[in-house]
Amino acid sequence: MTVVDAPESVGAVTPAATSRGGGGLGRYIVIRFLLIIPTVFILVTLVFLLMRTTGDPITAAQGGRLPPEQLAERIHAAGYDRPLIVQYGSYLGGLLRGDFGTTISDNRPVTEVLVTYGTATLELAVYALIVAFVVGIPLGMLAAYLRDRFGDALLRVFAILCYATPVFFAGLLLKLVFSIKLGLLPVSGRASTGTELDLQLMDGRTGIYLIDAIRLGDPAAVADVLEHAVLPAVALGLLTAGIFLRLVRTNVIGTLGTEYVDAARSRGVSEYRLVRRHAYRPALIPIITVIGLQIALLLGGAVLTETTFEWKGLGFQLAQYLTARDFVAVQGIVALLAVIVAVTNFVVDILAALIDPRVRY
Amino acid sequence: MAASTATAVAGQALHGRRRTWRDLPVVHQLRQSIGVQRGMLVSGLVLTGIFVLVALLAPLIAPYRWAQREADGRPFDTLQPPGGDHLLGTTQGGYDVLSRVVWGAQTAAETMVVAVVLSIFVGVALGLVSGYLGGWLDRVLVVVGDAIYAFPTLLLAIVVSIAISGGQSSKWGGVLAAAFSITVVYIPQYFRVIRAETVRIKAEAYVESAKVVGASTLRIMLRHVLRNATRTLPLIFTLNASEALLTLAGLGFLGFGIEPTSAAEWGYDLQRAVSDVTGGIWWTGVFPGLAIVLAVLGVTLVGESLNDLADPRLRGRRAVSAASGTVAATSVVPGGTLDSAAGLETPGQDADEGRDR
Repeated sequence: MTVVDAPESVGAVTPAATSRGGGGLGRYIVIRFLLIIPTVFILVTLVFLLMRTTGDPITAAQGGRLPPEQLAERIHAAGYDRPLIVQYGSYLGGLLRGDFGTTISDNRPVTEVLVTYGTATLELAVYALIVAFVVGIPLGMLAAYLRDRFGDALLRVFAILCYATPVFFAGLLLKLVFSIKLGLLPVSGRASTGTELDLQLMDGRTGIYLIDAIRLGDPAAVADVLEHAVLPAVALGLLTAGIFLRLVRTNVIGTLGTEYVDAARSRGVSEYRLVRRHAYRPALIPIITVIGLQIALLLGGAVLTETTFEWKGLGFQLAQYLTARDFVAVQGIVALLAVIVAVTNFVVDILAALIDPRVRY
Repeated sequence: MAASTATAVAGQALHGRRRTWRDLPVVHQLRQSIGVQRGMLVSGLVLTGIFVLVALLAPLIAPYRWAQREADGRPFDTLQPPGGDHLLGTTQGGYDVLSRVVWGAQTAAETMVVAVVLSIFVGVALGLVSGYLGGWLDRVLVVVGDAIYAFPTLLLAIVVSIAISGGQSSKWGGVLAAAFSITVVYIPQYFRVIRAETVRIKAEAYVESAKVVGASTLRIMLRHVLRNATRTLPLIFTLNASEALLTLAGLGFLGFGIEPTSAAEWGYDLQRAVSDVTGGIWWTGVFPGLAIVLAVLGVTLVGESLNDLADPRLRGRRAVSAASGTVAATSVVPGGTLDSAAGLETPGQDADEGRDR
């Protein structure tokens, strides 16, 4: 997916670079990096324009709650009565200085919200990726090995179920079974109140609870943090695991048909060993590129997972601001996520180019 | 390679045998499939069929209206477990769960159809024009399309839905807002696929000859390019339909879908159910959730099977002669193939695939 679009978009901007053998890795990196700018610019502009079609954010958030003259005063003070193009200019200017605006509902700089809650989302995303790898890759190889047999069909149905199930429903089921019926794991939150308090009071905390808990040196706190992470990570991770499973299966089947695998097979290498040692490594290359797109999916899924599990990260906060109709905050968070997605796609494309020399333009 | 086969197909359509119902997209694949793949396709078709039937016959199947909270002047008991008068129980707000699940199918189906039809039309038109005419318009569209494509669909859908409706609305307002949001998100997918196909077909000999004969640009685009560029559409169509369902549910879950009084929506019902779960009340969440899963599962199974059958390397083993290349390399869908769809590929295309990556 990213794999496909990278060359196209590069070609679209600088046709000269697409000529074969016309550029080395360095050139590719530079062009690919420059491409982030229009991507981010387009997304930020799009979000800005869409958010303003409904009117100014202050009326949206406070309309009906404030008397009209006070509302007009606040709108004027915040500069929302200026022409749209002027507002847009100052918004872009602010972004360049790292100023994403100030939230209306709780009057905090969006940047502060992002820093406070971003780490929680990052932590959840990393856990989810781990779950996705651990579940998706071995099962994908197994499915390729069992190709067209019953086990394969079963695994594929599992994969489809993984991404046919909305994360919030998966979360709800997991909660129902493991927290309510079996009472094994906590229902929601990132840690129990006691642990949370300890972590908040700690000096120089990173905001990533697992790291903080380890530095705190309290095994009970570490266990507590991990317990809280299991269900959200599984709910979000399974979504991606289904895609990994499917991708690994397809690619291993693809590589199993190549000549070097045929050669190994004719030397008498067992079918199991073929999958395990010969076919799976080259089949993993596309996974790396797909991770880039998974980041986008994970961030989207994180919004829903965090809401389900009251995991106080960016997604949870975004849902809160959405309910409060605080569109400045929404705009800031969405703009930041756009930047994150663009940057991860860049990093992933570069990694893919480093690993596989065929991916170079 | 793909080129010559496409020409052959075009030629066949002109002078060859008549196309019958057996050549219709899904029917053709159903006949082509074997074993497990046929099982997957059939179960997908059955699930999708049930989903569509429930959506169409909702007024007949559902015991109550979606916003009904009383019958014969007596209000429903709230949070009643499944059984008795309410087969699937009632919610905190006193709605009948079964009725809301059934009517929810209708809302989901309407949104899905509007969203997919809109994005196909707009996406195909843009892709065709952009790919055939090229130039600066093409470059701008590609960059914009790529930017949107890389963005989390749900977040974009939220923003669009705020722009359209301010986040809350009536039944059709809500359906349209959700459908438009989904449309904006999925246009780039159709756009890229159709554009890529158009760029390839533009170089074909038959387009060349049409030009020489003096056909107008519009005629070439519609008659020669579009006809041959649409072979992958059924695949993206089904895959997008399932994503549209999930996006609608996601919007509803975040409270950006449709008001409960104007229509039943599964995502909204699930949002309400999250707090019930803590109290051990499972029926308010499990049934709408299962409805989403089954609907998405049905549509996805059809899509996946079509995708596999379209690829000679993934089609049932009996039909495979030679496997080639990395399958995901040209994929639009995670791990599958669309560029190589419709089985027009031959092992000789390996070299080209390197370029496509």
